Parts: sequence; C-alpha cells; structure tokens
Amino acid sequence: MSQDSTNAIDVRQAVKRYGDFTALKTISLSIHDNEFFTLLGPSGCGKTTLLRMIGGFEDVTEGEIFLYGQEIESLPPNKRPVNTVFQNYALFPHMNVLDNVSFGLEMLGKSKPEARQRAGEILELVQLSDFAARKPAQLSGGQQQRVALARALAPQPKVLLLDEPLSALDLKLRKAMQLELKHLQRETGITFIFVTHDQDEALTMSDRIAVMSAGELQQLGDARDIYEKPANRFVADFIGETNLIDVTIKSQDGQRALCEFPNGLTLTCDARAGLEDGQTGHMSIRPERMKLHAAQVNPENFTGRVVENVYAGTHVQSILHLKDDMKLTVRTQNSDLGNSMVFEPGTEVFVDVERGAARLMAH
Amino acid sequence: MAGGTAQDNGTQGDTYKEVRDWLLAPAWVTLIVLVLLPVLLMLVYSFLTKEFRGGVIWEFSFAAYEQFFCDRGLFGDEPCAIEWTYINIFWRSIWQAGLATILSLLIGFPTAYFIATRPAHVRPLWVFLITIPYWVNLLIRTVSMRFMLREEGPINNALMWSGLIDNPLQMINTNFAVQIGLFYSYLPFMVLPIYAAVERYNFTLSEAASDLYASKWTTLRRIVLPAVRPGVIAGCILVFVPSLGAFLAPDLLGGAKNFMIGSLIEEQFKGNAGNWPFGAAASMILLTLVLVILTLYARQQARPDKGAR
Amino acid sequence: MATRKFDVRSYPGFLAITVLCLTILYVPLMVVAVYSFNASASIVVWEGFSLRWYGDVFVGPESTKFKVAARNSFVIAIIAASVSTTIATLAATAMIRGGTFRYRTLSFGLISLPLMVPEIVTAVATLIFFNSIGFERGILTILLAHIAFCIPFAYLPIAARMQGIEDTYEQAARDLHATKRQAFTKILLPLMMPGIISGFLLAFIISLDDFIITNFVKGAGVETLPTAIFGAVKQGIKPNIMAISTMLLAFSIVMVTISYFVSKSGENNKP
Repeated sequence: MSQDSTNAIDVRQAVKRYGDFTALKTISLSIHDNEFFTLLGPSGCGKTTLLRMIGGFEDVTEGEIFLYGQEIESLPPNKRPVNTVFQNYALFPHMNVLDNVSFGLEMLGKSKPEARQRAGEILELVQLSDFAARKPAQLSGGQQQRVALARALAPQPKVLLLDEPLSALDLKLRKAMQLELKHLQRETGITFIFVTHDQDEALTMSDRIAVMSAGELQQLGDARDIYEKPANRFVADFIGETNLIDVTIKSQDGQRALCEFPNGLTLTCDARAGLEDGQTGHMSIRPERMKLHAAQVNPENFTGRVVENVYAGTHVQSILHLKDDMKLTVRTQNSDLGNSMVFEPGTEVFVDVERGAARLMAH
Repeated sequence: MAGGTAQDNGTQGDTYKEVRDWLLAPAWVTLIVLVLLPVLLMLVYSFLTKEFRGGVIWEFSFAAYEQFFCDRGLFGDEPCAIEWTYINIFWRSIWQAGLATILSLLIGFPTAYFIATRPAHVRPLWVFLITIPYWVNLLIRTVSMRFMLREEGPINNALMWSGLIDNPLQMINTNFAVQIGLFYSYLPFMVLPIYAAVERYNFTLSEAASDLYASKWTTLRRIVLPAVRPGVIAGCILVFVPSLGAFLAPDLLGGAKNFMIGSLIEEQFKGNAGNWPFGAAASMILLTLVLVILTLYARQQARPDKGAR
Repeated sequence: MATRKFDVRSYPGFLAITVLCLTILYVPLMVVAVYSFNASASIVVWEGFSLRWYGDVFVGPESTKFKVAARNSFVIAIIAASVSTTIATLAATAMIRGGTFRYRTLSFGLISLPLMVPEIVTAVATLIFFNSIGFERGILTILLAHIAFCIPFAYLPIAARMQGIEDTYEQAARDLHATKRQAFTKILLPLMMPGIISGFLLAFIISLDDFIITNFVKGAGVETLPTAIFGAVKQGIKPNIMAISTMLLAFSIVMVTISYFVSKSGENNKP
C-alpha cells in the first residue's frame, strides 16, 4: 500500500485490544510534517495508547502506522526515529543532566565527546547549561521537564512524542512552558505529537487537535473548529463550558432548523446535523454567547428568572431558570458589568442568543 | 531463620518477558534440585526401613510412623495404643512456641507502635536498632542468653548482691529459659510487620474515635487493633513457626528435660544411634504442621475484610 | 516535634516497654562483649581489663581449629552469597519485569520455599539428598546447601527495590535507542544496585550465621565458625569463645551498618 510520504505519521485502521478490552477502536488519522498535533481526551480515552503505539511501546493489534511513508510497526522502539518526553520525565536518576541528554546519541553510536558536545548545545537551547553536572533529583520540576525535553530532542527525532509532559507542573509554570514548547517546535521544525487531558493546553498550543473518547476519534480540527463547531455532544461538553439541551426538530430550512426544548420553548439553531423533522438531537449554546436584557431586543428572546450570580474574576456566571425550571447558564464578561447586564437574583430577564451560537448535533 | 512467609511483589512492566524463562531457569534448577527434590526424598525416606548404623535400607515400611504414634509394649507384640512420648514432645514444642509468641507480642506490639509513632526521619534509626540483633549470629545470641541465665551468671549475681535472693535462682535448663531464648531469637520478626502496619495506619481514625468520646484504650482496642491486625497476625506467624522447629534455644537453654521437636529430629541423624526414617517422619510431621498453619494464614490474608487502612 | 498535651497517638507505658525490649535485646550481647575483655580465666569473676583472650583466639591452643573454621565460613559465605545473589537478580528481573505469566505464582512459591520450610526440615532433607546420591559430605555440600537456602534472602530486597523502579526508565532508554541488554546494564542494574548490595549482605550474613543446615551436611572433621563455637560451648562457655563471639558481633554490626547506609544512599537515586 503506498503512503503519502509527506505526512509525518499515518495511522491506518489501527486497533488495540487487551484481551477482551478494546482500548482503541479502528482509528485512522494523518499528522502533517512540522505540525504541533494534540491528542486530547479524558483519561482512559486511548490517547496515551495511540502515542505509545507510535513510540513502539504497545503492539498494534490490527492496522498499520507509517512514519514518512515507512511502515514502522515491525521496528522496536530503539530503531524508530521517534523520541518521547515521558509523563514523569523518566530521567535516569543515577546519571547527571549531561549524561542523560547525551544517552540517546551514545546509543546511536556517536562517540562520547561528540555526544556530549551535542548534548551541551541542546542544553543551551533549553537554558540549562549551568546545570549539566547536577543529578535530576537536584532540579526543580520545571528544570527536570526541560532536561526531559532536551534528552528527547538530542537525537534529532523525526517526530517528538510528548505524554502529558506538563501535568506535574504548577499552573504558572505550565502556562510558561506551553509557550516555550510552541516556540521550540517552530524553531526545531520537528513534528510534535502532544497528549493531554487539559483542553486549555490543547487549544493554546496546537495546530490541530484530535479529540478522543472511549477509544474513538470524536473530532479532528483546529482549535476554533473544535470549540465553535463541535461535531457531537461529547466534544461540546468536553471542550469548555456549555449548555446542553435535548431538542426536537420542528421544521428545517437550508442550514437552519427550528428546535423545540423539552419545556416547549423554541429557538432557531445552526446546522441541520442530518436530522429529519420530528427527530431529537442535542443543542449546545456556549454561556458567553448569550446576553441578558431587561427588555426584549429580538423576537426569538425567551424569558427567565435569575437564580444565582457567581463572581468568577473575569466574568460573572448567572444561573437562570427558564420555563418549567429548565436551567441555563449565561456568562457576562466583567467589562460589561457597567452596562448593568448582571441582574439581581429574582429578576425576570430576556435571554438573547447570538446568531449562530446555538449549535445542533445529532449525537 | 526459617518458617517465615514472604510477600510477593507485583509485576512492574514486561520489558524482559522474552527472556523470562532463561532468567528464571537458574533459580528453578537450584531450588528444585536442592530443596524441593530433597523434601520429596525425605518423604520417601520416612517410609523406608532403618539401617542400624545410620542411613536406610530400601524396603518399604510404616515403622517410622508406627514408632511415632503407636505403643506396642516392651516387646512390640501388643495391640497399638497411643504412644504419648513423641506427641508430648510436639505438644510441648507448640506450647513453648506459643508462649514465646505471646511474650513477643506483649513486648513487640508496644515497641512497634512506639517506633511507628516517632517522627518520620528518626523511624529508620529505631528500626535499625531493632534489626541489629537479628543480624548477629543466632548461636552467639543464644550463647549470650545462656551466659546471662547461668546459676553464677550476671542476673543471679546482681540479684544476690542486691539482697533480693539468698540462693541463685534456677533459670537455665527451664521452660522459662527456652521461652526467653525463643523470644530473644525471633523478636524482630514480631516488631517489623506490626511496625509496617502501624506506620500505614491512618491516625485520623484515632482522632475521629477520640472526637467521638472514645478513651485512649478503647480507641486502641476498637480502632487501632482491628486496623493493624494483618501485621499482628504476620508477626505471630513469623515468631511461632520458626520457634516450633527451633534447635539452638531448646538445646542450649532448655537442657535434656525440655526437649523440643528440633532436638528430637537432630538426635536421629547424629552418629550411629540415629534412626533416619524416624527422623524423616518426624520432619514430615513438623513440615505438615507448618504448612497447615501457613495455609490457614494465606486463607485469612486472602479474605477481603483485612481491616481498614 | 513538640508533643501535644492530648496526643491521641501516644500511650503511657509504651516507651517503657520499648526500653525494656531494647534492654533485653542488647544487654546479653554487651555483657558477653565486656566479659571477653576479662583478664581472668574464669567467666565468673572480673579481674580487670585484658586482651588476653583475643590473643588466645589467634595464637592459643585452639587457634588452628578456629582459624580453619573461620576461613571455611568466610569462603563459603562469599561464594554462596555471590552465586545466590546472581541467581536472585536474574529471577527478580523475570518476576518483576516479565509481565504476568501462568507459572509466576508457582515460581514465587518455589523461591520462597526455603523460608516456608522449617530450617531443620531443610537440613534433614538436604542431608538425605546428598546421602542418597552418594555425594560425600564436606565443604562442597555446605556450599550447595547455602546457595539454595540464601536465594530467597537475596531475592526479597532485590525484588522490593526493583518493584520501586518504574519501567518507564527502560522505556526511556529504549526510546533513546538502547537495546534491551543496554537498557538492563546501563539503567536497570545501576538503579537496582542498592537492592543487590542489601541482598548480597543479607545472604552473606545468613550463610555465615547458619548453624543447623551446616551441622547436618558438613561431614566429619569439617567445621565452620558456628559449628566450632557450638562444639566448644557444649564443653562450657570459655573466655576465648566470648572473644570470638564479640569479634563476630562487631563484624555483623559493621555489615548491617553498611547495609543501612547503602539503602539510605539509594534513596537519593529515587525519582
């Protein structure tokens, strides 16, 4: 079977089973050259399994994996031009930083001085030259993280695999490392495959994201696609916060459909999602894409009563009860507070849904 | 030491599964040839006929077990009555080992508890102090104890000097000396598992009990003890089982009156007076006893309600 | 740590019992050590400090016997500990890094067999085995018996250590282009070293201390230190025995101290 050799990784119909348990259900995806690609999903969704299959640490039960057109399934991990940054870094505790970083080069047959010189250069790239003689235990979490990165980059892999490498860092450091990783990827031109369960991380860093759940690929696209046009209920719910409402299709026209809530209210939503009239689907409305008004501004506005306001720094989250106590969450940016768009609990208000914000999904 | 139990460590990865059999082969061969096979051979020997100058004649016979359990009178022609001599020796061994275990528990539990409640950085030092004697030659420890308990030994001297007694106490060659010796031999085995259990124990439970108006001793009895029970049972097994087959303490501290299983077995293989099939049979009975205890222990451990963590 | 007024953890009397426990453990050993420096030929009266009995051990009438016994003991202990540690290291690698396999429980049972069978039973069985195959008793029979008996003692600390080393280290090594053999020698073995040293020392002490098995399989005329001491003690405790005991005691304490610091230094290499 001929493969597109310009793709960094081609996963073709890959399946992974452990006995009776299926960890990955027939996944196919292509990762482009020089791309920052993220596998995103909750724990147990199969993202790490897929990464480990690419790294060579898990056998592929069915299907094939290609690296720049070359089939790699038969190669052991040490023969694959792919390196990994492990979740807990797995820095060799008995070796100092320089020896850790030069290890891969030595294993590739480079002479010790040559390997060390190259390792020194990489350490400079991650600004750790001063720490070359230290043992991993003498470094902070962030420094260990950089050593792990330097060690994986030193053998100049064609693809770098990163298995939740930032999960052990505190929030501030994690934010800083996210940007650094992104820069490093641009600078080195190496394809990065990044695994995370943190959607913020995925949205900030990635060129493209594959959202996975229960061993299946749910959606593949860039950050905006995934956030604004979720393919299904799972993606809408997993990425960001949203109001998920079960709806029935009343009528459809072109790209729009009239949807009815369980309490009888109706709203026009985007996308037909291939549903017939009378069928049920799911609707997602992001809380920040609705506004509250004291008076009606649009014929489609519906009314509700403010039950609770939660102040959350950048915004205020308002919980509303619509007809029949149906709950709805609306988010108002703090800059808008001056416009008196936050109402005291108990106030009856009109909810205005932004055009195109109500998204209909079949599953 | 022997007669212990060990905890299996779970597996951690399968990096070397392809060469697994080769890595295990040396251990398998060594242990099968030098331990398992000999034990099976011993079983065979217990059904053979004794040779009068040590060793065996390869002829099937129940004589060894009959000698153990059956009293057929002076000339061996009476019907089988229960022979109490050897059963009594076994019974005394169980009794002595049991008392030594209770003694170890009474002293070992508070010690283990005390150590486990020290600040974390000094705990290893305390554990170290308790383990040092275990590393010292058992024979030397037993000899030291014999030296202490002698009629003219330091204990009697001190007691007489202080005027508490007028004549030396008879301590050596008594049951008491054997119990003290066994206790002294295996005490660390009692302390260590209890220590491990108490260290894992979540002391918030004690605080909760105290908060709910339990007194300290009620808390110990109702909350702490059930939680650390697996450690206590492990400690008791680790002291009881080796005590049962001990040789040095009864031999050096108990004298001829306080004969235990170990001495009975040893006697059968010394010089020309021995009886190998009988020694093998006694060993088999001891082994069976120990395996029964260990099986019961394993069953108990496998039960789901092993106590709170 | 400041003690609180109402500490739910502490119980009155437990400290006293701990002190009693340590007293019982240490006083007999200390008394013997002190008496080994007694100038008197009697073990009853104290006649002042002297190294007389230490001299007696090395040049006295029984010195040859003890020297030969000591040499036998150390040679056997070094070889038995080395061989059993090697076997145990390989076995631990298979057990901890071999995934799950059908005869794993069986293998563990076999490895811990010498711990479950009472030592005197092992002694009898080994004697019967050597006798039945016509293997003449001597140093070699002691050595073989010790190798088998020491395997679980070497195995347990090694396996425990290995269990604490995550397999991501080998995976990282493999990922960095090391072969399985390189991952073992360059990564796993150095990380296991504290466990291997502890295992070796434990096996060494167990072999050096063993009396019962040795006594059964040694054959006539061959003595190790414990059997020689036992034989001498049967005639009564003499001061030279106390001197030998004190030297062995000091040796054991040095060994256990080394082991303690090795395992402590190993902590630094933990992730």
